[in-house]
Amino acid sequence: MSLWEYANPVRFMQVSGRMLPWVAAGAVIGTVGGLGWGFLTPDDFRQGSTVKIVFLHVPAAMMAINIWVMMLVASLIWIIRRHHVSALAAKAAAPIGAVMTLIALATGALWGQPMWGTWWEWDPRLTSFLILFLFYLGYIALWSAIEDPDSAADLTGVLCLVGSVFALLSRYAVLFWSQGLHQGASLSVQSGERMSHVYRYPLYLAMIGFGLLFLTLLLIRTRTEIRKRRLAALLARETRA
Amino acid sequence: MLALLIRDLRLAVRAGGGFGLGVAFFLILSALVPFGVGPDRAALAPVAPGILWVGALLACLLSLDRIFALDHEDGSLDLLATAPLPLEGAVAVKALAHWITTGLPLILAAPLFGVLLQLPPAAMPWLIVSLLVGTPALSMLGAFGAALTVGLRRGGLLMSLLVLPLYIPTLIFGAEVTRRGAEGLGAATPLVFLAGITLGALALIPFAASAALRVNLR
Repeated sequence: MSLWEYANPVRFMQVSGRMLPWVAAGAVIGTVGGLGWGFLTPDDFRQGSTVKIVFLHVPAAMMAINIWVMMLVASLIWIIRRHHVSALAAKAAAPIGAVMTLIALATGALWGQPMWGTWWEWDPRLTSFLILFLFYLGYIALWSAIEDPDSAADLTGVLCLVGSVFALLSRYAVLFWSQGLHQGASLSVQSGERMSHVYRYPLYLAMIGFGLLFLTLLLIRTRTEIRKRRLAALLARETRA
Repeated sequence: MLALLIRDLRLAVRAGGGFGLGVAFFLILSALVPFGVGPDRAALAPVAPGILWVGALLACLLSLDRIFALDHEDGSLDLLATAPLPLEGAVAVKALAHWITTGLPLILAAPLFGVLLQLPPAAMPWLIVSLLVGTPALSMLGAFGAALTVGLRRGGLLMSLLVLPLYIPTLIFGAEVTRRGAEGLGAATPLVFLAGITLGALALIPFAASAALRVNLR
């Protein structure tokens, strides 16, 4: 029994079908609970009620980066071990990641307007998120442009590898290029308290919720992709017969 | 490898427009910017390094589809893939040919356009050095983008969406070198970063590009 057995589409469909209701329930509890609890927290003494944007902004931003990392790992698995489920999972994850990036950018703009007095600033963090969004767009566009599914998986996999290197490079290049308006990390494992517990616990819940939400959407989308692939195979067999 | 380089250069020259087109595009861009920004020296000088670098980037982008598309159409790309020369080497040579036909003329012409855009004379050497160091990376990354989209019917627009994000670090450091040169600051640090990106791209991108080509050729 190894992890790779789940790479078998039939096995994946069985397991993911059984997992899906539980993960979805967790996602609902996490997001609704986290956001609802966050909504009920008291106003910040300086930022007022706008501080509540954090419960949407931070989890979305975190997922935007993590989804790209997940796509990188899935692409590597596809390139090295040629498991189709892995390639399809990377394909399924990309639009979710793009939407998460967009949410982070949009909520950031809404938050920045009252706090910094501007919707947009060419700050390193903001800029690198915009660049990440561009990488997501290119990746999705390449998937949709190529007809043959295996070539598409190969080419997008290579793009994801090269893109990861350059996304990371851009991240540090923009640090060099402009000084920031955005605050540094407020949540950190080893540092002391920089954020009140009143906000911290709902934020953790919202983060878990967003992670499970991503997992739910990913499972649904991957299952759809597998079914689409089966359908295409059936149609091809039909036309040949 | 040398034969391939000479062949590519000869094709670019005889097909017409290989050398001149990028420079002409660069000239038009440099002429359009003052119309948009205004002819004021105080308005032009600060944006000149950025405009020149963005112009170099776009001029490079426009000619990328020449790298593989024509060879793919007439089948010589398949011959290259099966030739004793490793495909990685062929990719590097073709990127070099692209650089000689677009990057090099651009570097030679850049001081002229710098004058048009009121770039301070102190920045001229830095502009040339930064272009000299940075444009090979543009050609190399462009070859990767061209390899990804070589089999597609209308790959041009898609290729710009794929390649331009990859150009961002090069652009940042290249424009930074020129800007610091213009302001009389030390420009060594961004120049070293720029050289690092170029060398990294030269070393690693041929493998990625030829992997993409092999997928497109099978």
